[in-house]
Amino acid sequence: MTPTPPLLAVEDLTVRYRTDAGPVTAVDNLSFEVAAGSTLGIVGESGSGKTAASMALMGLLPRTAEVTGSARLHGQELLGRPDSAMRDIRGRRIAVIFQDALSALNPMMTIGAQLAEAVRVHDRSRSAGELRERAVELLDLVGIPSPAARLDQYPHEYSGGMRQRALIAMGIANDPDILVADEPTTALDVTVQAQVLDVIRRVQERTGTAVLLITHDLGVVAGLADRIMVMYAGAKLEEGGVEQIFYRPAHPYTRGLLAALPRIDRRLARLEPIPGQPPQPHDRPGGCLFRARCRHADPDRCTRPLPAPAEVSAGHLTSCVRVHEIASAG
Amino acid sequence: MTATTTAPPVPALEIRGLVAEYRTRRRLGGRGRTVQAVAGVDLTLAQGHTLGLVGETGCGKSTLGRTLVRLVRPAAGSVHAEGIDVAGAKGVRLRQLHRTVQLVFQDPYASLNPRMSVRALLAEPLKVHGLHVRRREERIRELLDLVGLDPAHAGRYPYQFSGGQRQRLGIARALAVEPRILVLDEPVSALDVSVQAGVINLLDDLQRDLGLSYLFIAHDLSVVRQISDEVAVMYLGRIVEHGPAEQLYDHPAHPYTQALLSAVPVPDPRVERARKRIVLTGDVPSPLSPPSGCRFRTRCWKATDRCAAVAPPAVDLGGGHTAACHYPALADTPAGNGA
Repeated sequence: MTPTPPLLAVEDLTVRYRTDAGPVTAVDNLSFEVAAGSTLGIVGESGSGKTAASMALMGLLPRTAEVTGSARLHGQELLGRPDSAMRDIRGRRIAVIFQDALSALNPMMTIGAQLAEAVRVHDRSRSAGELRERAVELLDLVGIPSPAARLDQYPHEYSGGMRQRALIAMGIANDPDILVADEPTTALDVTVQAQVLDVIRRVQERTGTAVLLITHDLGVVAGLADRIMVMYAGAKLEEGGVEQIFYRPAHPYTRGLLAALPRIDRRLARLEPIPGQPPQPHDRPGGCLFRARCRHADPDRCTRPLPAPAEVSAGHLTSCVRVHEIASAG
Repeated sequence: MTATTTAPPVPALEIRGLVAEYRTRRRLGGRGRTVQAVAGVDLTLAQGHTLGLVGETGCGKSTLGRTLVRLVRPAAGSVHAEGIDVAGAKGVRLRQLHRTVQLVFQDPYASLNPRMSVRALLAEPLKVHGLHVRRREERIRELLDLVGLDPAHAGRYPYQFSGGQRQRLGIARALAVEPRILVLDEPVSALDVSVQAGVINLLDDLQRDLGLSYLFIAHDLSVVRQISDEVAVMYLGRIVEHGPAEQLYDHPAHPYTQALLSAVPVPDPRVERARKRIVLTGDVPSPLSPPSGCRFRTRCWKATDRCAAVAPPAVDLGGGHTAACHYPALADTPAGNGA
C-alpha cells in the first residue's frame, strides 16, 4: 500500500437504534480506511451491520439511530453534519447505488430528466443542452445502447439490468470520490449481474472513483475487491487483501463462511455449515461475538473484552485472540 | 410405511410435452393474450435421484414445479408422478397423489401460518390424510427430530424460529404425509450461506435415509451443482440442455448454458480474475411473442438463418446428455467465446 493518506478514514463508528425493547447496537466500534481509487468489499450476512455502517457515512439513517465516532473523507468529517451540509457532499463526493433500482428511480420522470437533475443539483452552471450532453455521455459510459434515444424513456421501459446501470450513471454523475454500492446485483439474474459488475469495473477504470462494495456474495468480492472486511453482528472480525482473505483466512468465521459455500467449479463432498445463529442485536455477549458458534472458543480468553483487531501479517487484521493457536491446529 | 410401498419400477416423475399457459388480463375492448410459461417440456426423474432445474427469472421453472402438485393445470401434455396421472387424478387417486408429491416453498415466512403452533402445523396434514391417529404427538416429535429441530419446541410458533429453522419446519410439514417426491422451489435462496449449507446437507441426508426423489428448482447454479445428480437448464419455457450434473457443468454444450455458467462469480480471486466471461447482449424476449425457431437465437453469437426457421430438437450427445441446439459445443472443444 502507498503511504498517502487514505481517502476515507472511519474510526470507532458505532450505530445504535432506540427501540421499545431498549437500545440495539447495529455497528460496534468499527474502524477502516479506503484508499483513493480502490475497492473495499464489506462482506457479511443478514444483520451484520454492513448496510447500517455505510448508510451512517452517507447520513442516511433514520432519526432513531444514534451515530458516534468519526468518518473523514479527505480529512473532512462526515458524521454529525446538519442535513443541509450533508446534501452538498452526498452525490458529489460520496454517492450510493442501492439494490432495488426500481424503487430508487422516480417512475414519473424520464431517465434523462433524472440524470440531468442529479448533475444540476451540484452544478447550476450548465445549460439544458449541456445537461443533456452529459446525460448521454453517462448512459454511454454504463453501456446503454443508443443512449440519446434511451434518454427520453421512463424507468418502466428499461429492463432490470438497464435500470441498475442507469442508477450507476446517476451515482457517478458528479465524479464522486467514492461510490457506495449496497448489494448492487443481488436482485439481478446471474447473466445481468455479470453485465453490471462489468460496468462497475469499467466505470472505476475510467473515472478512478473508489468503491465501497457491500455484499453477502463472496464470489462478487473475489472478482472486484482489492481489500475485504468481514463483518459479523456489527463488528469487524477480519480485514485484509483479497488474496489474504480467500487463501489465508485467519478468523474462524471467515474460514467457516468459505467452507459453507457451494462451488460452481466442482462438487464438494459435503458442505460445512456453521452451527447456531448470530447473537440477537439486543442481547450481545461480551467478548468475542462469534464464540457461541466457534469450535475453537476458549471459555476464558474468548469471553474477555476483545482488544482491537491486530495484524497477523502486513495489512491483514483479525479480532480473533486465538489466531496463532488455531493456525497451528489447522 | 404404508400400502403405497408396492413401488412399481416407474420413474418418480415423467413429464411429456408439457405446456402450461397463463392468460394476461383483458385490455379495453380486446381479449386477453396467452403466455406459454412452459412450452413443451419432456423430463424424467429417476427414483431416488435429484434433478436440478435451473434458469433465470421468468423462464418457467416455478410454473413447471407447480404443475406437479396441481397448483397449475397443464394446457397440453402429461405429468405422471410414480405412475399417477397428475392432471387426471380424482378421488382416491388424487389423495394418493397428494401423499406422493409435496411442495416445499422458498419463503418459510410466508408459507407457515403464523397463528399456528408447530404442533398444529405438523398435525394438520396428518389429520387431512387420517395418519397416525393414535400416535400423533409421537409422530410430530419424530418429524421435528428428522429435520434437526428440538422435539421439545412443538409448542412454539413460527416467529420464534430463525430463517433456517423455519425452512426445516417447512420440510417437516412436507414430510408429514410420507411423500415419495419433493418439489423444492428455491428452498435455500432466502438463507444466509452459513445456514444454507445445513439445509442442503439435511436434504442430502433425508434423501439417503428415506429414498426420496427431488425436483430441485433454483437459480443458484452452485447450489444446484452441489445437490443434483442431473441438471436441466430452462430458457423461455423450454429445456435447452439436460444431462448428468458433472457432464453439464464441465462440458456445457448449449450456448445459453455456457453463458450462464460463465457468468457465475467464483469465490476464488485468482480463478475468478482469470475467467473468460461470455457476456450476453440484450434481454430475454417477452414470452408473449417468443422468437421463432430457437428461442435463444436473438442473444446467441452462433445463430444462423436455420435457427430462426427450425426449432432445434434435443440432440443426444451421449451418456444421457442432450442439448436443443443446431450447433452444440462438443466435449473436446473449448467453450465458445463471447460475440
